[in-house]
Amino acid sequence: QSTWGQLGAIRLLEHLPLSTMVFSKDVEVKYTKLYINNQFVDSVKSGTFETLNPTTGKLLATVQEATSEDVDLAVRAAKAAFHRKAPWRTMDASERGRYLSKLADLIEENADDIASLECLDNGKPVESARGDVQFAVNCMRFFAGYCDKLNGKNVPSERNTVCITRCEPVGVVGAIVPWNYPFHLACLKLSPALAAGCTIVIKPSELTPLSALYLAHLCHTIGFPPGVVNVVPGFGDKAGQALVDHLDVNKLAFTGSTRVGRLIMKGSGESNLKRVTLELGGKSPCIVLNDVADADFDKTVALVHEASLINSGQCCIAGTRTYVQSGIYDRFVAKVKELAEKRVVGDPWDSTTVQGPQISEFQLNKIMDYIKSGVDEGATLLTGGKKIERSGYFVEPTVFTDVKANMKIAREEIFGPVQCIMKFDTIDEVIDMANDTTYGLGAGIFTHNLDHAIAIAQAVEAGTVYVNCYLEASPNTPFGGYKMSGIGREYGKYGIDAYLEKKTIVVKVAQTIS
Amino acid sequence: MALEPIYHIKPEYTQLFINNEYVNSQSGKTFPTINPVTEEIICQVQEGGKQDIDLAVAAAKLSMKRKSAWRTLPAAARGKLMHNLSDLVERNINYVASLDCLDNGKPFKEVIGDIQFGLAVLRFYAGMTDKIEGRTMACNGTNKFSYTIYEPIGVVGAITPWNYPIMFALFKLSHALAAGCSVVLKPAEQTPLSAIYLGTLIKETGFPPGVVNIVPGYGPTAGAALSHHMDVNKITFTGSTEVGHLIQMASGQTNLKRVNLELGGKCPVIVCKSADLDKAAALAQEACFVNMGQACCALTRTFVHEDVYEDFVKKSRDLAIKAKSTCGDPFEEKTHYGPQIDKVQFDKILDYIQQGVKEGAKLECGGKSMFPKGYFIEPTVFSNVQDHMKIAQDEIFGPVQTIFKFSELDEAIDRANNTEYGLVSGVFTNDVNEAIHVSHALEAGQVWVNSYMAVDPLTPFGGYKKSGIGREFGTDGLLGFLEEKTVIYGNINM
Repeated sequence: QSTWGQLGAIRLLEHLPLSTMVFSKDVEVKYTKLYINNQFVDSVKSGTFETLNPTTGKLLATVQEATSEDVDLAVRAAKAAFHRKAPWRTMDASERGRYLSKLADLIEENADDIASLECLDNGKPVESARGDVQFAVNCMRFFAGYCDKLNGKNVPSERNTVCITRCEPVGVVGAIVPWNYPFHLACLKLSPALAAGCTIVIKPSELTPLSALYLAHLCHTIGFPPGVVNVVPGFGDKAGQALVDHLDVNKLAFTGSTRVGRLIMKGSGESNLKRVTLELGGKSPCIVLNDVADADFDKTVALVHEASLINSGQCCIAGTRTYVQSGIYDRFVAKVKELAEKRVVGDPWDSTTVQGPQISEFQLNKIMDYIKSGVDEGATLLTGGKKIERSGYFVEPTVFTDVKANMKIAREEIFGPVQCIMKFDTIDEVIDMANDTTYGLGAGIFTHNLDHAIAIAQAVEAGTVYVNCYLEASPNTPFGGYKMSGIGREYGKYGIDAYLEKKTIVVKVAQTIS
Repeated sequence: MALEPIYHIKPEYTQLFINNEYVNSQSGKTFPTINPVTEEIICQVQEGGKQDIDLAVAAAKLSMKRKSAWRTLPAAARGKLMHNLSDLVERNINYVASLDCLDNGKPFKEVIGDIQFGLAVLRFYAGMTDKIEGRTMACNGTNKFSYTIYEPIGVVGAITPWNYPIMFALFKLSHALAAGCSVVLKPAEQTPLSAIYLGTLIKETGFPPGVVNIVPGYGPTAGAALSHHMDVNKITFTGSTEVGHLIQMASGQTNLKRVNLELGGKCPVIVCKSADLDKAAALAQEACFVNMGQACCALTRTFVHEDVYEDFVKKSRDLAIKAKSTCGDPFEEKTHYGPQIDKVQFDKILDYIQQGVKEGAKLECGGKSMFPKGYFIEPTVFSNVQDHMKIAQDEIFGPVQTIFKFSELDEAIDRANNTEYGLVSGVFTNDVNEAIHVSHALEAGQVWVNSYMAVDPLTPFGGYKKSGIGREFGTDGLLGFLEEKTVIYGNINM
């Protein structure tokens, strides 16, 4: 059983049975050039970079590297495509929706290949990757249906005026996409941006550029007007920075670390005040109450275990701080240990594998440092804690107990398969413990008690609160952070609002209108 | 795909469609549907009556039971079914269009336009199924928490007219299905064929049985049974004002089913001094003669400023004479105007024209029937019409343009508003102030500035006064097919 089915983060429509899917390790890597103005081109400076397969540690592909010159070309193309008389601006909104719908259909037709490519480049289990692609398709279809429904208002006004508001596309969008859900997040930026009528320049992560370039190929096949979609793989400090600094980028959408999120905010202030939405890190709490012992105990432990370790722990909203009420603590810890030790870690092409490698040696070493600090600062290493001896960047599912709030492993985002378990007695106490963080992305509450569920859900400082589930994502559910987990919301109607600018039009008329 | 009429089309389906099956009526009765070009019978159609309506409503109600396949289908999947249905209709567009062409007599290319518009509405609402949001709100009093849910209203009775048969069927289905309701559709007895055909496409698309049911029959029998049925939660009706009254009354007499009505009109258009006269004359006349005048939103009363009146009348006369030459066989490429729908309408329109002459309006051109066979009437223009005349007040539903003179704009507005109808109005002007002043003052559900038939799926459409109740289209169009439930959690032990 794969992660793909478990958390519901990744849901397929019933008509797509797993058994008909064909994944392949040998899928061809066809697209390694930059995609600018509807053409695949080499970088201006002829630079390239390598992307590795984290399962084997070996070279996967050599890709053209975009630097500021290429970003400039891409932004210029996007700006021209956004001109008020250009086809993308003047076509009916419903027509834009048709483009996106067709792209979603084409992605779905090629989903198995995209998933295979993603598995090679990112290392996540291939079925999980397939789930990511399907979720991207569902979201794209959702946003396609919004194009012609972005209504403004006619507001009551005074002094012989007529006053209406229009929702207009904000302009050229720069999207910086991370390596943990490469294809899904590239689509998640593209869909609402295009639905709103914007044009876009996407910079995928240098660690996982391949699926975004495949997306570029599919956009090319659909035939958007030139300049509407551009993809420029490269490094954060060059291509990414170029987008942040660019005076013709009207909006920056970023998913990644809090550290870089702050640089982007600064960059907006230092350049043209481009509008910024940020989806950053998290240290999300899962709170488990005593009453869970009476029903669904095993199911709950499984959910909480999965919440903390999902995607090899490489998930912004992973529920990495587990708070267990004292009445069930011992039983809970014993069960968690059992699950962690049973967790199948290994070859992402094997359908029993639930956890693949970490993305890179750098990340793996960072995780090992955190584990060491946990031990050094006095937490109890319940299980795991060691690298796995094999090719690629694998580490054991790791669980710490007796974790204190001031420990590094309790406060900082590890981004690896490390769960920290803490005990609590009262609800008031755990609410404060859960909120004692600079982050605020998600939270999970596990209880059957109606009042407790409502009370905690309202008190916890998190953008999404899950009750008796975790990461139940769907295209309409707004998602985003409180505090330093980010600014703004994605998905749902809120997800499109970020790509719109409101214009008020006031017309003076000669006499009072009744 | 090439758009080609199917010249000798044979209707394949002529039965009722209930629970995803084609069945005969319980009574065994049939009725004929007539070709208005040849006055001949096309074929016999099964005639639905009260018993059939009962069966159809029962099927629709069952498909809406809590935990049913239709109720529990995810909203996005519902939208996908609607998208797939629109693709399927599009693949069969030549066949569907030819059915309406045969049954209604309107030109083939007009029906193509009708279907494309119907599909635009279907696709608009297909994209809305998963965007029907309730809200949360603050509550007074402590320890409370509240949110609302929009639920499908239930079984929808849809009664559609003969002037745009397939188009209105698609409109009604779009709204009802997007909201998650089930439907019993009763198409007009004059033009049942295209709606009946939809049944097979709905089944092929994969809608669960009972979600869409189609019962052809007559208004006083099948239509009345639907509007009186205790298990129908909502009626959506497009047709005459006279029948609209009956449906509203039936709701009061039975279960207070929610009602939305799209009825008749005597739609005015005001041509200002500043207007581009050639454009105004052309568009105003097209707006009047559209669909052979058989449109609720035809702009049938044309108010023209005295300074440009003579010019305008002359242009209108010339245009109407030219239009006459494009009347003919609706399957032919060169035809722009077809016949009226049937003898009843044909006689009624000719009667109104006679009244107009008798009451002293000036017959500029037209006024007579055309061709030895078929219900064809010449495009007709009256000038010098006075507000009190019958042709100025009653909805004629034929190709009859009535032109009035005015001197002051406010006078024109008052005279335009002086009607019990209020569906659509138009104004031709080049002045910003005039455009806003007039459009805000007219008592009509839609006001068209320098345009006609400006309707699209995004813009709310419906009538003031006796032109109807409620609005279709736009993101709010679904509200009439939903019930809002507020859930309040109280006494929360914090």
